[in-house]
Amino acid sequence: MSRFVPNGKVQQEQMLDVIGAKGFDDLLSPIPDSVLLKGQLDLPAPASELELTSEFKELAAKNCASELVCFRGAGAYDHFVPTAIDNIITRSEFFTAYTPYQAEVSQGTLQAIFEYQTMIARLTGCDAANACMYDGASAVAEAALMAIRATRKKRVLIAGALNPRTIDVIHTYLDNADFEINEVPFGADGLIDLDAASKLAEGGVAALVLQYPNFFGSIEDVQAAAEFIHDQKGLLIVAADPIALGVIEAPGKLGADIVVGEGQPMGVAMSYGGPYVGFMATNAKYIRKMPGRIVGRTEDRAGNPGYVLTLQTREQHIKRAKATSNICSNQALMALANVVYLSLTGEAGFTDVAKQCWHKSHYLHSRLLEINGVTAVFDTPFCREFVVNLPVSAEKAVAAMEEKGFLAGLPIPGLGEGAMMLTATEKRTRDEIDRFVAALEQHIKGAV
Amino acid sequence: MSNIPENVRYTETHEWVRKEGDKYIIGLTDHAQHEMGEIVMAELPEVGAEATKGDSMGGLEAVKTAEDFYSPLDGEVAEINEELEANPSLINEDPFAAGWLFAVKTSDDSQFDALLTPEEYKTHIGE
Amino acid sequence: MEKTIFRYSSPGRIGVALPVLDVPETAIPENYMRKEPIGLPQVTEGQTMRHFVRLSSMNFNIEQGLYPLGSCTMKYNPRLHEFLARIEGLSSVHPLSGDSAVQGTLELMHKLGESLCEITGFDAVTLQPAAGAQGEFAGLMLIKKWQEDRGQTHRNEVLMPDSAHGTNPATSTLAGLKVISVKSNEHGRVDVEDLRSKAGENTCAFMLTNPNTLGIFESNIEEITKIVHDAGALNYMDGANMNALLGIARPGDMGFDVCHLNLHKTFSTPHGGGGPGAGPVCCKEILRPFLPASSVEKTEDGYSMRDRTGKSLGRLLAFHGNVGVLYRAYAYIRTLGPSGLREVSEVALINANYMKARLKPYFDVPNDDGPCMHEFVASGAAMAKKGVKTLDIAKRLLDYGFHAPTIYFPLIVKEALMIEPTETESLESLDAFIDAMISIAGEVDEKPHLVNDAPVNTPVLRLDEVKAVKDLCLVEPIE
Repeated sequence: MSRFVPNGKVQQEQMLDVIGAKGFDDLLSPIPDSVLLKGQLDLPAPASELELTSEFKELAAKNCASELVCFRGAGAYDHFVPTAIDNIITRSEFFTAYTPYQAEVSQGTLQAIFEYQTMIARLTGCDAANACMYDGASAVAEAALMAIRATRKKRVLIAGALNPRTIDVIHTYLDNADFEINEVPFGADGLIDLDAASKLAEGGVAALVLQYPNFFGSIEDVQAAAEFIHDQKGLLIVAADPIALGVIEAPGKLGADIVVGEGQPMGVAMSYGGPYVGFMATNAKYIRKMPGRIVGRTEDRAGNPGYVLTLQTREQHIKRAKATSNICSNQALMALANVVYLSLTGEAGFTDVAKQCWHKSHYLHSRLLEINGVTAVFDTPFCREFVVNLPVSAEKAVAAMEEKGFLAGLPIPGLGEGAMMLTATEKRTRDEIDRFVAALEQHIKGAV
Repeated sequence: MSNIPENVRYTETHEWVRKEGDKYIIGLTDHAQHEMGEIVMAELPEVGAEATKGDSMGGLEAVKTAEDFYSPLDGEVAEINEELEANPSLINEDPFAAGWLFAVKTSDDSQFDALLTPEEYKTHIGE
Repeated sequence: MEKTIFRYSSPGRIGVALPVLDVPETAIPENYMRKEPIGLPQVTEGQTMRHFVRLSSMNFNIEQGLYPLGSCTMKYNPRLHEFLARIEGLSSVHPLSGDSAVQGTLELMHKLGESLCEITGFDAVTLQPAAGAQGEFAGLMLIKKWQEDRGQTHRNEVLMPDSAHGTNPATSTLAGLKVISVKSNEHGRVDVEDLRSKAGENTCAFMLTNPNTLGIFESNIEEITKIVHDAGALNYMDGANMNALLGIARPGDMGFDVCHLNLHKTFSTPHGGGGPGAGPVCCKEILRPFLPASSVEKTEDGYSMRDRTGKSLGRLLAFHGNVGVLYRAYAYIRTLGPSGLREVSEVALINANYMKARLKPYFDVPNDDGPCMHEFVASGAAMAKKGVKTLDIAKRLLDYGFHAPTIYFPLIVKEALMIEPTETESLESLDAFIDAMISIAGEVDEKPHLVNDAPVNTPVLRLDEVKAVKDLCLVEPIE
């Protein structure tokens, strides 16, 4: 009897008696004998708490990645996570609850999500936000589908400087129906080429998807893109880095209709890619077109304020084949981590994180350019991530840096063999940056 | 018991139809509005849109239900009840008058005559 | 009531301390800068803790009491697994780390995938889907791609019973496929003749939950899957109810070609108030080439994370899935082993049948023609005629200190109450819930106002959902 099953032989016999069954096998009578499993599953024998803890620690020890000093971003960032976040999100009351279907006993989750929606709306400069999506990339894909619903047009323009993984996910979601995706190339400055977009937009498009700052870290002109796409009667979807929004203008204020992004940088562990959380915000006009859960404030029978899941007719359990999305389970606990992170850092702390990322990335950038042969790939303003060209193979540099204890930037083969995209978060110290630059310089000298 | 006025015809999908001049006015029956509960949103067709008998012309939403409504006749949408955008609960309060949904112009009056009579609709909903 | 966090805000308060900036500043160009403050609260760590702890106290949760939410498998979540998933070496690794730096994680993912294949009787797996619904999407796409690959591009219909989860039709739409509903018979099972008449040259796939959403095993499963195969289509199993079958029967042995699993249900990873879950998909060998991008392979030099290309259905998420959830599910399988997993399903079945037997004198159980599996569906239709709806009964259960069952689903049962006790409930807690249900049944006849007015012992009284939609308030207004 495992330690999680309280009804042993004694209780089971008593219960089978009440059921009117002679033995457990009677309960299997609806299952044809031909499909019953003969024998046991071929799995390792049960592990005790002590054994399993050792096994996990051995596995963890094989992950030397956690020891590396990280200069890599490209969609997941090594930020400081305040201790209090884990304390809150591991409280049974939050993490062992199901979706808040019974609102009267789920006010904690519901109010926390309401506060999350508020903070996301404020951060993005939009009117409202939903209760979250799976991750930033799937949020972009869902936003594209939302724009298609809102405009009744079947074609979407996407900026070429989107994270290539995001582009992949958009294709996975949209290629199944008769929707079309056109990629708008980026210019020599790394920014979207709106002249090219204008040609592609002929005949009408549902939306333009822009990343802000874009995949290479450069800051796109959201306002110009908004004016362009609105002239075409399409929507502007902006995939934003939430940390960047601590320093650069909110896309909603610049004309974006839907703002989505990856919430991982706001208090969520990197955990090899998940669980993360996608955010989605929009303006009043499009709220009813949004996918996912939404929490609203209302009153109870005594007139006291309270919170419920609302606008549920958009969702799969009611509209079924006509729902705005098939999403059911989302990433609510990670959204809770976001709202606790945004509370703890608050106005001043969050802005400070954003500024430190700006300054440290720029410091790293200028130090790298001091190395003989290293050049900038784009000369446009960037926020906290950038691409440089090394005079050596970026792949080989990554391997060499790993041996010295660093996770170097991501090679971007599309921009050249030496192209590497790097970032420095608020966690990186000047000393770490200087040591990394020195190690890279040494590698380059040795290799050239 | 639902209100089933004698002066209109019905469909199996719970629309009522009344001839008014050269148009047919269409709405949701009292029985159906009661089943749905308080209606919070009405999505109506566009004036001029083609109406095909049996095709969905729009949707109604209550808090936990969403139902389409259908055209009982072939023709063209001649008018819609614009009041419903601001006040969809008119469908609950006054389903056979102020809560009408849309009007259709048709060249084929025989389709109207083939719709359910009040007696037949009463049987259909088991009252 | 607890006020919102914004109401605790006062200028100058802060809940974290960052190191002082130790590099020279680089000016931020004026034209890019954010013009106005964000509007985040300014509070201390203590205020934040107190606020969220107060909020938490208004949540019902599995560590507080029985949570019989049908189809959701609300079982106890072992504490150890939380600790294990948070071990620094596992949790703080960048998703684009090189293979050599994440051998531990890759090994664990590979072993989990193999275990899930063994449990389901399949050959190949993807761990990428973030939730059940995304697993369904991946699974249907596998089948669609397979059909296209053999030239059957015209097959655009998905058959599913009228009792299907809402995600099934919604997923079909997302996959660009049309839903064809198959009737259920008087026992709540698939109407085999109706299926036979609808399966044909346009059928792409058949989707079925087994045990179905009524908690009933589809006894004709071999005939059903054969009809679908004979029509040139493949069988998809929605694995939401896998808690009934661990070590007892496997979808791969029933004629299914693909299934998803909900790790946050069957494999005891916590549900987090709505997520994260994880929805791995297991399938037959013929579907392997079409699996999503991220794939863990075992090679001579260890484990490798590869991006499948070619016939792959593509990428579902930016990275490799909800890896933190995968850690917990692997821990669960290792903790229980083959005997423990079988015990889970055995006791889940006994608990559900016991509850059904004891509640049947008080509540109608439609379609009841033998043992149920891990859950059953009762109907409050008779009580609704007396003026007490299933919603009222659900709210009254909250007053008794229990979470309510799933209500109004499946749609084919009027005033449905879908009850799933799970294996981690003791006989004593089952009896306490049953006593509450019987007591409520009595109140319906004698003091119906107690039920209609419920709940009264909760942090708030019954909430006005109509007002929530009509007077939409989704964010706290800025003062």
